[in-house]
Amino acid sequence: MSSVSSAAPRPATLPEPKGFDAFLAIAIVAVIAACARALFFTPIDAMLGAAQKIFYVHVPAAIIGLYFACGLLFISSIMYLWIKDERLDRLAESSAEVGLVFMGIVLVTGPVWARTSWGTWWVWEARITSTLFLWLLVVGYLVLRSGVESIEVRARLSAVMGTLAALLVPFIHLTVKLFRGMHPEPVVLAPEKPKMPPEMLMSFGLSMAAFLLLFFALLRLRFRWATLRDARAAMEAA
Amino acid sequence: MSGGHTGATHKAPSYLADAWRIARKDLLIEFRTRSAFLAATVFAVLAVVIFRFTWDPTAIPAMDLAPGVLWVIFTFSGLLGLNRSFGLELAERAYDGLLASQVSREAIFTGKVIANFVFVMCVQALALPAVALFFDLSVGPSWGIIVGIVLLASLGLSAVGTLFAAIASNTRLAELLLPMMTLPFFVPLVIPAAQATAVVLRGQPIAEGMAWLKVLLAFDLVFVSACIVVFPFTIEE
Repeated sequence: MSSVSSAAPRPATLPEPKGFDAFLAIAIVAVIAACARALFFTPIDAMLGAAQKIFYVHVPAAIIGLYFACGLLFISSIMYLWIKDERLDRLAESSAEVGLVFMGIVLVTGPVWARTSWGTWWVWEARITSTLFLWLLVVGYLVLRSGVESIEVRARLSAVMGTLAALLVPFIHLTVKLFRGMHPEPVVLAPEKPKMPPEMLMSFGLSMAAFLLLFFALLRLRFRWATLRDARAAMEAA
Repeated sequence: MSGGHTGATHKAPSYLADAWRIARKDLLIEFRTRSAFLAATVFAVLAVVIFRFTWDPTAIPAMDLAPGVLWVIFTFSGLLGLNRSFGLELAERAYDGLLASQVSREAIFTGKVIANFVFVMCVQALALPAVALFFDLSVGPSWGIIVGIVLLASLGLSAVGTLFAAIASNTRLAELLLPMMTLPFFVPLVIPAAQATAVVLRGQPIAEGMAWLKVLLAFDLVFVSACIVVFPFTIEE
């Protein structure tokens, strides 16, 4: 029984949503600056050519979308089943939706890059295929959320799915890894020292930071929106 | 929490007896109406026929196509039965009666999984020979291994599918939602099962498909236990 959600104090009036969000504005400026640096002030890769510039968007989006956002989704889902705090449910929802956007960026920029470096738009390789399945899984999760009216039931059911998804992801990855392999191994997170020249590494670090800023700005905004929506639903129900 | 949740105090024999009673009830309803079974079987046969007519035997050897066809049919015909699993209970609010009874929630879930498992196996018992017949496969002495693969995959499919059927029955979009949620979960079942089947059909030693069988076994172990643990969360009121 969720005692936390029913005992939580309800605001008498709803806070006014703000039209301008300074954090988001800073994040967008940072992303634009990082992209500009990557495009105009970073040397062109001798092997891969200009297409390699996608790297500065593709890899940060992948790290944030796959590891940060999905990690948050899984952890907050499992925690919700345990302590039943509805803020955890809103965190899971927000990270799923923002993560979906980042994974979408990965899935769009990936084929563009693959076309220029491997000569094909899509290969059924472990890392790529896992990302696609994870994207589909998160879409299913969000559709499930949209199919339930009650805040409490929605939180509970989606937390169950989020928890099972956490168990599923390693299986998907293992399965498709056994299937075949072609995607390059990680360059930046390689166990030995990074194999990139310092200028490129600097650009990568900056764009990683900028996208991380964007992720948290969007997450914060989405979380607030969910709080407002739930508060409104609670007021209407009362 | 309702007074019926006495899972911790139940003894093992009564837990299994309860589960079996639930499974028997569901199977009896299915046996009397046969609606889902007929739908799934007709679907399976139609799918085999369509695959057979879109297949060019001179371009692709039957051995390469058949495992995929078999497991596509397996997955989708399995889904047809799952939708019904909790739909039966929701009519006339029979589910509330079930929850108010002394049966533990884990036993309800196990019973539903057993019923769905038997259902999937019955559909497979017809679909497998149909694929073998239409694709002219000679399975030979290795049919036992294929039955083993089907058993492993059916168990995982029934456990995960039953849990998601319970979740989907709580939503407005049950029939639409179930395939959307379950199909990604079936990836680690369908790919290994199809690969292992391909190894057997090509007449290779089963040792070459051992990695796939291990994935299936691990999936069953992890997800059957996980589903039993999280199922009570889907019906708490």
